[in-house]
Formats: sequence, structure tokens, C-alpha cells
Amino acid sequence: MKEKSASIGRGLAASLLTLSIALSGLIASGCDRTGETNNHGAHERLVIQNIGSDTMVNLAQAWAEEYATVEPAVSVEVSGGGSGTGVAALINGAADIANCSRQMEAGEIAKVKAADGQEPVENIVGYDALAIFTHKDNPLEEITIERLAAIYGEKGRVRMWADLGVQVPGCKSGEMILVSRQSNSGTYHYFREAILGKGVDFKLGTLDLHGSKDVVELVSRTPCAIGYSGMGYATQGVKMLRIARKPGETAFAPNVENTQTSKYPIARPLYMYTRGAPNDAVKKYLKWVQSEAGQAIVRATGYVPIVKETGLSAAVEQGAKRQ
Amino acid sequence: MRRRRWELIAESLVEWLIRLSGVSAIIFVFGIFYFVFREGMGLLWSGRFNFVQFLTSIEWYPTSQSHVRYGALALIAGTFSVTLLSMAIAVPFGVGTAIYVSEFCGPRAKETLKIVIELLAAIPSVVWGFIGLTVMNSLIIKLFDSPIGLNVLNGGVILALMSVPIIVSIGEDALKAVPDSFREAAIALGATRWQMVRRALLPAAKNGLLAAVLLGVGRAVGETMAVLMATGHSIRIPTGLLDPVRTLTATIAAELGESAVGSDHYQVLFIIGILLFTITFVVNLSADLIVRGIRGKA
Repeated sequence: MKEKSASIGRGLAASLLTLSIALSGLIASGCDRTGETNNHGAHERLVIQNIGSDTMVNLAQAWAEEYATVEPAVSVEVSGGGSGTGVAALINGAADIANCSRQMEAGEIAKVKAADGQEPVENIVGYDALAIFTHKDNPLEEITIERLAAIYGEKGRVRMWADLGVQVPGCKSGEMILVSRQSNSGTYHYFREAILGKGVDFKLGTLDLHGSKDVVELVSRTPCAIGYSGMGYATQGVKMLRIARKPGETAFAPNVENTQTSKYPIARPLYMYTRGAPNDAVKKYLKWVQSEAGQAIVRATGYVPIVKETGLSAAVEQGAKRQ
Repeated sequence: MRRRRWELIAESLVEWLIRLSGVSAIIFVFGIFYFVFREGMGLLWSGRFNFVQFLTSIEWYPTSQSHVRYGALALIAGTFSVTLLSMAIAVPFGVGTAIYVSEFCGPRAKETLKIVIELLAAIPSVVWGFIGLTVMNSLIIKLFDSPIGLNVLNGGVILALMSVPIIVSIGEDALKAVPDSFREAAIALGATRWQMVRRALLPAAKNGLLAAVLLGVGRAVGETMAVLMATGHSIRIPTGLLDPVRTLTATIAAELGESAVGSDHYQVLFIIGILLFTITFVVNLSADLIVRGIRGKA
């Protein structure tokens, strides 16, 4: 009995401890935010809160890490959660920059304006080519938008790999396993609009995964699977299909050149939104992100930069990444 | 004299603190109850919400741009299938381990086992989910020739592993609480150790064991992150152990962050919360009635 009460006491102490740690964490983060707006002392590190799209989280993280060497006095804190989460954080003031893999909706712009008095500022910081992934052993090489709609759309008839005329090694049942994203992801909404068309829903029974990386991870381990995700997430275990707009037209591979020249049909701009009057640190950061140095990181993480470059070097780099 | 007065004050102070913490549990439960109902009720009585469709349709399209449908049948089936499988695995293993730890094994093995089991309980659910997503997925595809390894089996096994520690530690406490005189009497009557456990200990500890199992069920029904990752999060009625499913909790976790506060979608997610409340309430109530029934007969 004595032993038990002692252990309860210990448990209580432990939970009090965690509570106090959590509280001090909250207080500390509160300090950070006030430090950012009021305190421009030399010893204080300025903190830029950067929240939003899961598609962009790796890229934003890479920028933040590189920027720490460029501007040691500024620390950029990146977190994901989805484009909607980022916009919500911009509205309630928790974020200085919202990462969005889609354009802000009119309602969201109105909310920012209501909170801040000014419309948010839109910055295009790169492009994302949405890739269609299959297992690396899958013999399929290219596909049309129409076929993709028949695979993923609510009324679509394609359910078996044989319907596409392929036999996938390691997939005995021949059933297509459709990998999709949860409805809070910007990628989900973009795919629905770009592939299925306005007002068309996904088929029931898709596997709705939490993150961009999870999709590629699952497809690389599942011979029967097909999935969509940002092309920056490609690994060695998966294959990216070439995509044609219509049957009979040329299919294009998801790479830098085809995205910049708009030949690849499913690519979209990536945005960073700020409030109407961002502070100097945020302005400087965005300028750096859009500069040659920032865009080099876009290239390195597998996305498509906004600045033009010679097609050859892009193709070489893309080829190197594939191997 | 002064010391005595101080003791009296301390005594009543402690008494009040304990009373307060006891009452606070009730306040918290009702507070949460009130909050969940308040958020979900608006839609429930608004006439826009079709309760029959909610319970009988599998079409869950909360963000559709053309035709929004809220059918939760597949989600309910998902929660039930995963919970049933996990309990079918965890109850025999958990109760068995509790019996072994409390009655059969030596003190050293006991200490090691308890530490290992506590370690099992300390693994965060997102880590379990990740194991489900990577290791178990490949394993199930290979072993069962299944097209996909994220399914009822995967989620059930992961949930079983997560609820076993709870069942073991509470079950062991229940067995330990049986007075030694029961054991001595059974052995004096010539019973073997197993007979002693089966005839004397299990009946004496059945309430505690049932509580252990119920907490395990609670964990399985309520678990979110691990099932979100391990079950495939796919809307369909499972016809076998190798079908992917989606649970009620995982749906709330995945969609609540995105839905605008007060929107229909938001309120439907709270109605799912009410449904989860009702399920756990019914489970607890029926268990309570069963225990009373057993007691009444005895």
C-alpha cells in the first residue's frame, strides 16, 4: 500500500513537472513573439514564423537552414499542417509568412483584411510539379489525364492494372491500390481540380494519407499502388509517370524544363503570403528566397525555380537526382 | 496543544483538497460532455442533417464541391472491426501475461517483464503508426500476398500491442489484490497452481480484470494517430482482415483542423464525437450491468 501511494505521488510530481515545462514553453514562445515585434536589440534573435503547406515544408526548412548562415541574427521557424493551417495562422497573427500550395481564396483574403486592414501580399517562390508515382517495378511509363480521372474519379471505371494493359510484377491480385491525400491537404484539392475536374469527387476506398512523404513511402513498398505527390518527394523505390493532356498527344516527364515551359500538365505555383505590411526582416527574407541563392535551394530540393536557367543544366540536374 | 490544532487544520485542508479533486473529475467529464454536445447539436436539430443517412450510408464526402454527403457507416464499421480484432489479440495475451507475472514467474523475471511492459506503454502512438506504415505494411504484403498492408490486421495488431500494457498492469493489480488466504486455502485443498488460478483467483479478481479489459477497449476505440497511419484511412466496409478501413477517431483528427469553426463539416465531426461518447458509455454501462449480474447471482 505504501509503495502504491509513493508511486502515485511520483506520478503526480511527474505530471506537475510536465505541466510546468509545457507552461514555461508557452511563456518562452510568447517572449519570442514579443521579441520579434518590439525588441530589436543586437543580442535578440529575430524570429520569423513560417507556417503552412506540407508540400512546401521541406523546401521551407531548407531555406530556413541556409538563411541561418546568411543572416545569423534571424531565425526562421518552419512548421507544416497544410495550406489552410498556414492561412489560418496568418489570419490570427501566429504566422509572419504563410506557405500555400494554392492561391488564397477570396474568403481567406477578406479575413486577413478584416484582421489586419490590408490585403495579404502574394509572392510566387517556385513551382511544384505534381507527379504520379508507381512502384519502380511497374512497367507503365505514361498515362493521360483522362485515364487518371477514370482511376481516381467517383464514377471512374478503371479498377485493375489490366484495364491499363499492364501486368505489375509482385501484384498478384492485379487490383489498383489508389493512394490519395487527406482533405486538408492543398495537394488533394489541386489534384481534384486539375485531374478530376470541377465538382467531381474522388472514388470511395482511396487510401488517404497524412503527408506528401507518406504517399511516396507507401507506393515504394506496395507493388499494386499508384499515388500522387510533389515531384520533390521522389525516391529510388518509385517511378514517375510521363503525362499527356489528351490521348495521342506527347507525354511529358515531370522535370524542371517541362514545368517552366508549361509542357507538363500538372504543375502549380507555390506561394508565400505575408500580411499587408511585413516587417523588414520578413521582406528581406522573401527577397532572398526569390534570389538566385534561394532558388538554387528550390532546385536542390526537387522543385522548379522561378528564375529562368539554361535548359541543359536543369536536365542534367534532374537526371542526376533520378539516379 | 498548538501542535494538535495545526494537525486539525492540516487534516481538514487535506480532506477538502481530496474532495475537490474527486469532484473535479465529475466537473471535467460534464464540461467536455457539454462542449462536445454544444458544438454538434446545432446541426443535429437544424433539419439539414439526415441522421438516417449518417448511420446507414458509406458515402463520406465532407468537402465535395457538388454534393456534400455525410455517411458514417464505413467509419463506424472501421472502428468496430479494428477494435474487435485488437481485443481478440490483446485480451488473451494481456490477461495471460498478468496471470504469469502475478502468479507464476520468479521475482527476477517479474521485474524484467514489468520494466519491458512499461517500456511498451511508453512508446508514443505516432511511433506505432510509423511502424505500421513501414515495417508491418511490407510484412503483411509478403506474408499474406495482400495487395496492401495497411488494413484491419495491421491496425488491430498495433492497437493490441498498445493496449496490452494497460491490461497487464491493471490486471496484475487486480490479481495482487486477492488475499493470500485464497491461494493458501486452494493449495491446502490439493489444487494445482493452475486450478488455484482458474477456480479461486480469476473469479475473485473478475471485476478488476473486467476493468482492465474495458480500459483496453477504451484505448483501442479512442486511439487516433496510430490507426490513422496503420489502417490505410480508406472509406469502405471491410469484408476481411486484409481490407483497409478508416475509423471515427482518425476522421476527426484528419479533418477537424481544416474545417471552419461552426460549419456543417465541423459540426458533423462533433456529432461523430457524440457517437464515440455513446459507444464508450454503452460499453461501460453494459460491463457494469454484467458485473452486477454476476454479483447478484453469487
